Parts: sequence; structure tokens; C-alpha cells
Amino acid sequence: MTDNLPARRNLLSRIPFQVILEPRLEEPPRWYPWFITILAVVIALLIGAVILALAGGNPWATYAHIGRAAFGNLGVLSDTMVKAIPLMIVGLACSLAFRMRIWNIGAEGQFFMGAFGASAVVLTPMLPADAPSWLFIPCMLIAGMLCGAIWGFIPGFLKAKFNVNEIISTLMMNYIAISWNNYWIFAVWTEGGFQMSRVFPRNAWLPRLTDFAAEVPLFRGLTTHFGLVLALVAAVIVWLILYRSQWGYEIRLVGDNPRAAHYAGISIGRNIVYVMMLSGALAGMAGMSEISGVVHRLQGAISPGYGFTGIIVAWLAKLNPLAVIPVSILFGALILAGREIQPSGIPKMMNGIILVCLIASDFLLRYRISITRRMEEE
Amino acid sequence: MAQPDATHPPENVVQMRKIVKRFPGVLANDHVDFELRRGEIHALLGENGAGKSTLMNILAGLYRPDSGSILVEGRPVNFATPRDAIRAGIGMIHQHFMLVPSQTVTENILLGLEEPRFRLQLARYDQRVAELGERFGMKVDPRARVWQLSVGEQQRVEILKMLYRGAEILIMDEPTAVLAPTEVEELFSILRAMTREGKSIIFISHKLHEVMAISDRITVLRRGRVTASNLNTHEVTRAELARLMVGREVIFSLDKKPVTPGEVVLKVEDLWAENDKGLPALRGVNLTVRQGEIVGLAGVAGNGQRELAEVITGLRKATRGRVFVSGEDITNRPVRQGIRRGVSHIPEDRTHVGSAPNLSVTDNVIMKNYNQPPISRGWILNAVAANGYAERLKKEYDIIVPTLQTPVRMLSGGNLQRVILAREISSQPTLMIAMQPTRGLDVGAIEGVHRLLLAQRENGAAILLISEELEELIDLSDRVVVIYEGKIMGEVSDGNVEEIGMMMTGIPQDAIRAGEADHDR
Repeated sequence: MTDNLPARRNLLSRIPFQVILEPRLEEPPRWYPWFITILAVVIALLIGAVILALAGGNPWATYAHIGRAAFGNLGVLSDTMVKAIPLMIVGLACSLAFRMRIWNIGAEGQFFMGAFGASAVVLTPMLPADAPSWLFIPCMLIAGMLCGAIWGFIPGFLKAKFNVNEIISTLMMNYIAISWNNYWIFAVWTEGGFQMSRVFPRNAWLPRLTDFAAEVPLFRGLTTHFGLVLALVAAVIVWLILYRSQWGYEIRLVGDNPRAAHYAGISIGRNIVYVMMLSGALAGMAGMSEISGVVHRLQGAISPGYGFTGIIVAWLAKLNPLAVIPVSILFGALILAGREIQPSGIPKMMNGIILVCLIASDFLLRYRISITRRMEEE
Repeated sequence: MAQPDATHPPENVVQMRKIVKRFPGVLANDHVDFELRRGEIHALLGENGAGKSTLMNILAGLYRPDSGSILVEGRPVNFATPRDAIRAGIGMIHQHFMLVPSQTVTENILLGLEEPRFRLQLARYDQRVAELGERFGMKVDPRARVWQLSVGEQQRVEILKMLYRGAEILIMDEPTAVLAPTEVEELFSILRAMTREGKSIIFISHKLHEVMAISDRITVLRRGRVTASNLNTHEVTRAELARLMVGREVIFSLDKKPVTPGEVVLKVEDLWAENDKGLPALRGVNLTVRQGEIVGLAGVAGNGQRELAEVITGLRKATRGRVFVSGEDITNRPVRQGIRRGVSHIPEDRTHVGSAPNLSVTDNVIMKNYNQPPISRGWILNAVAANGYAERLKKEYDIIVPTLQTPVRMLSGGNLQRVILAREISSQPTLMIAMQPTRGLDVGAIEGVHRLLLAQRENGAAILLISEELEELIDLSDRVVVIYEGKIMGEVSDGNVEEIGMMMTGIPQDAIRAGEADHDR
């Protein structure tokens, strides 16, 4: 049986060096994961360039165009931010839940419920139409977050009490939320038979940069709204919760090993409910910020799937709340630039290639490649 | 099999020369020489992390050496994959079995082979597997599904897998670690049957008594180097081996100071509980442990020990009965209640219960006191205080880690156990439930754990020690209580091994004593 061994390996063994993959036995340095992530994006862009070239386009011109379309001037940069804001907040919602290994796929539904809650304040109306901004906006924020939290509570409670699979329940509750919204815009708050509510009064709008154009002329026409501040504050708060609070420690412990958490005296069920509620509240906040900052009315098409893109954002940010911010801006840029170049095709392809490269790059975190000299054989 | 020259078979079937293997930061094998004779059982002895498994993984084609050469049947070989090694007649049986639970024994054995090609014809192969098993005294039903088999039987399937592939040389990586004492005996007789058939076996272990019982020759490794090679087993003593392994004299007798037991800390009254399958696991257990006392709980694995530990610590619900800690009734109270009363728990399962593998050393040592000052400040977790605390434990308990931020999954078994012990002991428990605290540790580490437990006893802690190592129980405990099928059979305080052994098989102490009385009369 040993006889055919050398013959088979003859060809390979002529090369004096060999490349082997070995599982990593120690933790790579801190910068390494981020270095790999950036490297993956660069490689993805190179692959994209090759495909663009094969399709007869000029890749560099295309990339330059994408860059210009997303970051070229203040105007488009502002538009990129507008797209990024809901992604940031939803990304935070997902990061928090995923950190505890609670797979909240329901951010989309919680987003719609948040939008509904915020709208209800204006449309029911709970506040008179001439109520001041400082009253309107906090009320809408609270109502939106509350509705999102309720939408998170239901699957969280079912999971904690009856061990109902949260992936299925949150996913299904998305459809309920969307239909619920549709009922209100079709039947109750419809404006002249159209499937949308009337426009909110100006004092229920989140302030935008362009609103300050009188003081700062540079801000003219910039639609970036106050939601950005909400998102940044939320990111810092979620980070503090996860890494600097006792509750965050419990979340991380339950997420890594529920049995160890139980052994340490931590109530898993209670944490599931709380985390789902906070996650839902954040997604609801995204819905409120979108409705009050951008759309200014309740309608059917308020989300091009922010709730689902947020899942990807959370993963790419490696569930780190602060990393969610830049990742969301990158995605915001891709959404915006995509529309610039071509409605479909290339931009979606780029999204796909970046994702595949990022997921593949994870491999390098767990394995190392080593090139060694072939052993001397007698 | 390839036998280059049948008339002059080379004496050494395997020769490894000057093997060097470097892992980041560690020289796992430093110019190691190893040889294996045909038909012998050669024990490779060493502490955890001595480089035994690395060396054998190289021989089995899983790792490649950085330098050095390997000769099999006198020919130089260069394995790139385990498949190459198997082709040369070398098979390794790992600690963790690699079987598909939902498939039958035969299916598992055939998995990955080139034959049968398309049509399975399982019946024919069932026959072959059964025959092969019989030849080596292994009884295994080829049609049984793997999940139905006991651990010992699964190990037999792994062995059969290798024999079916024509292995002449078997490497067993700590094969007894997962087995019950009776299964160990069976394994040993299988190993002997295999050597009679001309197979050669490498037996990796750190358990001295097993090595003494089964091997023909011994090679000892310490910190990647050979400290003694090819010793004849019947010419060495256990103490000598221990010294070669640890590098210093190991004290087998412990320095146990007399302590007068104080007040009753743990009191268990008529405790009943069910196991995971809903069957009664505890059936009316009564037990007390006092301050400054170690009570050993002896018994064959699976007689309710785990359930008892879990009910006392609040991880499992009792169906009847009471548990008192320092006079307070904590039956079926939340786990946290017990922790507050000073109950600490060294769980049997370190990786799945006792630690969070991807969290840092710091996060793992604060598991029980993260919500108490100084680590907690209001709702805030004081990271500086937590790290300071972890740093202190690291020094005190000799935990070897590059940084405190290292995830504990990167730690060796001994180091992980130290992390858990550090956490559980540093809380200065009033009651300590220690379940198999030394399982899987090497001689040096075991000695350390024993010293820590005795120090706790001198500090006035009440300790319930649950172990399957009788020797350990008798050495450490003030009293040994025996459990059988969820009932306490009796109590021994003079280290009467025979009596303990009889109670472990289900004979109550009263019956034994009555029998003796009859005999005397």
C-alpha cells in the first residue's frame, strides 16, 4: 500500500515549497479583522472591475462615477446620509439582538410599527396640529419606539415562555405589520382615496440641514435630518450597554453560552424579552425617523427593505455598534450610486461581490496560511 | 499490507527522527525521536501540552513537521493528509469521535471509501464488519445506529473503521478519558487481542496506572522533549514515571491537617429529582456537610451525582424534599439565591456549563460577581476593577494566558480548569460543590487542585466532592458517602475501599454489616 504513494505525489513534490492551511491556535491581533475586511472590499472592487471591463465598460470611470454619485459633493453626500440613517438604526437593532443570538428578522415589521406609532400621534390626532415641535417630535419618538418595542415583545415573550422559534415568529410578524399599516392608509387615514395619509404639519417634521439655510447658506437643499443625531447617540448608547454595563455583560454571556449564563444565575427568559423589546424599539425609532425626517406622511412604500438590509449591516459590522455607522454609510452610498448608474444589474452585482468577499474573508480569521519548505526526503 | 521483506520484517514499524513542530509561541515538538515495534503497545506519556498529540497528529498526517523524518516499515514517508497515512497503514482514533449519529455502524465504516461504488449491498458489508469485529473480540451490531450505542461501543466503531481500512498501526489518543471503568477493561482486552494479531498500538495517556497496566514500553515527553524513551514497563515504577513526566517529585500523599468540623452548612432532606429524560434520578437523598469538612460522594457515573449537584445549586428542580444552606431553605430557588448564600459550583462540564468560550478571561472570571461592588457600580460594569480582579486571580492561580482579553476557548484544559477554580474559590464560598474537579488534568495540575480544596477546608468551607476517582475521594474526604441509583447506600470514614466498592454496586451498608456480623457468628 505504500508502493503507489511516491508515484502519485511525484509531480507535486518537485515544488520545493508548499502552501498549507492550519487552524489558528491563537487570537490574531486586534487590527487584523478590520484589515481583512478592508482587503476584502478592495478585492471585491477589483473583481467588479474585471467584470465591468469584460462587459465593455471602463471600470475606473464607473468607480469614479459611483464615488462622485455618493460622495462627490455636499448634496449627494447628504443624500447618502439620508439613505444611511435608517440602516444605522436598524443595524443597531439587529446587532443588539444578534449579540444574544436572538435572531430578530423582524426589524422590517418593527420599522413599520414605529412609523405607524409616530404617525398615529399626528393623524389620530393625539396632539393638536399646532402643537410645538419640541412636543411633537419627542411624542412621535416615544410612540414609535413603544410600538416597535411591543412588536419585539410578542416574539420575545413567546420565545422565553414557550420556546417559539423567533426566526419564524419575527419574520411572520413583518407581514402583519405591513398589512396593519395598509389597513390604516387604505381605510382610515387615506387622503382622497390615495393609499397614503395627508402630509404631516411642518412642526411634526424632524429638522433638516436645509431648514437652517437662512443662517448657514451652505446647508441649502441638504436633506440630512435630525435622525442622524438620533442614530449616533443610539450607537454610543448601545455600545455602552453592551460593553460597559452589567446588562450588556449578561447579554454577551447568554449569547455566548446560555448554559453558563444560567449557571451564573442569570435569567435567560427575562433577558430575551428585554433585548427583543429594545431591539424592536430601535427598529421602531428607525421607522419614526424615516417618516418624520424624509417621507412626512404615512404610506405603503416607506422602506425598500431597510429591515433586511440592516441584518447584513449588522453582520458586516461584526455586531459592533460603532462599526455599524461606517458600514451603513457604505451601504447608503451603494443604494444611491446604484440608482445613478443603472437601475439594476451592476450595482446589485457589486453588492453581491462585496458580500461574498466579506463572508469569505472570515475564513482568514479562523485559519492561517503558511508556506513551508518541503521536508527533506532520503 | 505492504511488507517489504517477509523473511526479515524490520523490528521497528515506525521510526520518527528529530521531529520538530513549532506553533506560534510554542515549540510543540523539539527534535523528538520515537519508535514503535511490531506487535507492541507503546505508551506515549506526558502532561497536557507536552506534545504527545502533536507528535501523533504528525504521524497520522494531520500536521506536517517543520523538520525531521518519518520511516514506516523502513521507508521514508511524507504524509500530506490522513488519507496518505491510512494508506501506509497508520490510523488514529481521536478523543472526539467522528461518526454520523443517524447512520448505522456499517455505513459509518464505509463512509469515504471507494468501495462500494454505487449499489450499497449493505447486507454483504454488515457481514464483513461483524467478522472483523469478532476477530478482535469486539461485539458490535453492524446494523445498529450510532446514536443508540454507548460511548464505549462508539469507540469500537472508530477502531473497526481503522481496521477495515487496513490499519496495521493504531494510535489511540487518550482512549480511556471517556470510558467507564468496566469499559476500560474491555478496551484493554481488545487492544491485547489486536497485538496478538500483529497490530502495533500507540497509547497516548497521562494516566499512570493505565499506562502501567496496558503498555509494553513507554516513552515520556515533557514540554516537547523526550525525557525517557523506550522504557520497559515492568522495569519502572509509578513514582519514576511521574518524576519524568512532571520534572520533579510528585507527592502522592497529601498534607491534610486535622480540622474540627463546625456547624452544618449543607443539609439535604429526602431529596427527589428527575433526570433530563424525566426519570427519577434522586430517590430520597439525605446528606449533611459541615464547616471545614470534605464529604466525598462516590458512585459509578450516572447514579444521580450530577442531578444532586444541580439541585443543590438551583440548576435543576427538586420534585420533593428540601435543601438547606446555612439554615436557609433554598429548594427550587433561583440560582442567584444560592450564589448569594455563598454556594460555589465547579461543574462537571467545563466548556459547556462552566465557561463562555468566546468571551475573554476577564469576562469569565467575573461571572459570579459581576453584579457586586467593586466590579459593579450602579448599572455600570467597572472594566478597570474587573481587569484588576482578573489580573490578581491570574497571578494567584497561575493561569497561563497571553493577555486577559484572550478568549478562553484558546486555553488548554488545565488552564481553563484553573480559571473556573479561581472564580469559584476566590468568592470564599461557605459551601462548595466540586464535581470531577480533576478530570482530564495531568498529575501536576491534579496536585494543585487537591491543595486548593484542602486549603478551602482549612478556611472553614464545607465541600461536597463528587468524583469517580476513588483514590482521590479517600485521600481528600473526611467522610465518603456512596450513591447508587439515586439513593445513599451508606457512609465510610476510615477509607474502607472494599466497603465503598460493595456499596457502589448497590449493596446497602446495613446489609454489608449484617452479613459480616453473620459471618463472625
